[in-house]
Amino acid sequence: MTTTKRHLLTAAAALAVCALSSAAFAQTALEAVQKAKLIKIAVPTDFPPYGFVGVDLQPQGLDVDMAKYIADKLGAKVELVAVTSGNRIPYLQTKKADLVISTLGKNPEREKVINFTAAYSPFFQAIFAAKSLSVKSLADLGGKSIAVTRGAIEDQELSKIAPAGTDIKRFEDNNATVSAFVSGQTQLIATGASVAGNMMQRNPQLGTEYKLLLKDSPNFIGVAKGEDALRLKVNEIIAAAKKAGDLDKMSQKWLGRPAGNLPE
Amino acid sequence: MIELDFPAVLAEWPLLAKGVVVTLGLTTVSAVLGIALGVACAWARTEGAAVLRVATTAYVEAIRNTPFIVQLFFVFFGLPALGVKLTPEWASVIAMVVNLGAYAAEIVRAGIQATPKGQIEAAISLALTPMQTFTRVVLPPALRKVWPAMVSQIIIVMLGSAVCGQISTEELSYAANLIQSRNFRAFEVFIVATVVYLLLSVMVRHLLNWLGSRFLFGGRRG
Repeated sequence: MTTTKRHLLTAAAALAVCALSSAAFAQTALEAVQKAKLIKIAVPTDFPPYGFVGVDLQPQGLDVDMAKYIADKLGAKVELVAVTSGNRIPYLQTKKADLVISTLGKNPEREKVINFTAAYSPFFQAIFAAKSLSVKSLADLGGKSIAVTRGAIEDQELSKIAPAGTDIKRFEDNNATVSAFVSGQTQLIATGASVAGNMMQRNPQLGTEYKLLLKDSPNFIGVAKGEDALRLKVNEIIAAAKKAGDLDKMSQKWLGRPAGNLPE
Repeated sequence: MIELDFPAVLAEWPLLAKGVVVTLGLTTVSAVLGIALGVACAWARTEGAAVLRVATTAYVEAIRNTPFIVQLFFVFFGLPALGVKLTPEWASVIAMVVNLGAYAAEIVRAGIQATPKGQIEAAISLALTPMQTFTRVVLPPALRKVWPAMVSQIIIVMLGSAVCGQISTEELSYAANLIQSRNFRAFEVFIVATVVYLLLSVMVRHLLNWLGSRFLFGGRRG
């Protein structure tokens, strides 16, 4: 047998396997979940406080809580699938996961390949400082020192809106920015929700709290194309959770700020 | 072919100019204080009491065997834990002085050891006090011998001040980094920064050579 022929045969066999497996998936994801009482949800494990591995080696965080919450409302057990930002959409496309709850922002490029539910949690760049420091509006930043990572989105936003007289200290990377704030070299810090959440968890003695918003880009749950039944069901759950205040509770627990007004 | 856009960088000249001023300021202050510290430590290591000798040796070895950026981070991020909060500028100056002081101590010590014994004995036989002997007889020829090495070390510290931007001291490299994070013209910015550093080094070297012979150890050679 020539190599070409062998390749053709392999390809044919592969096609046959694909056809069979897609036949197995002919039922909708929602039906499959309800039948098996098991839902596979992709969560991050490298992105505190949204998803990370705790000291007990179990995944935890806002996204993990949300995954458990949704599974619970669907009456199913949850199987958490660890993903990274690079592979979370392929996991959904190849049905290795039914849902992706992994700090997924919505944009037109992504909407071409997957669908999104309503937003479930905020992601934002904001200004944080100790509770004892009074910062009610942007004008209050004048004369205060604030650490920010040079060139990051929060640097761009802050440079645009900070009043004259704000002492903006720019650092090389997030670690240096956080160190500067934690060691008391600056009074405030402007950074992303994940960095701030992580920092607050590790340094509870600082009593850091959320002060002012710089930029909002909420997280959505990703659903595979064609799984509208599941998407609508999840939307129902999110809407109910929002009403019951559960989304706010989760956000407060992990990010130090209520979920606020999330887009549908 | 890369298209170079220097106007985009040069339009930010106020930032660069401020960076040059800060870099030169840091270098001036740390050169003066660093040499003074170095001379003091060199004296302590050659003439001082045993305790003093051990202490300066420990200081010199600790500084010469650790990276400058670690020393800088220690001063800026570490000392606040002891309640010492410094502005980025002060933290930079202190780190640079402490760093230069250790190297200068060894450079000056080399010069002191090269002073002929007979010269010191002659000074003592003329009834000069030990302090007079050190400042009038030993130090000037010692400094003259090691001045080129000292100038090189000051230039190294000036170029090393580039990392002070890491703690948000707004020196030349900080300005360059800030500009390139805004207009993404990294290549052009760093070409400009390189040329400016080169000019600064040449200028500072000439200035120090002149200052040294003019004020520190007299114009006469030999």
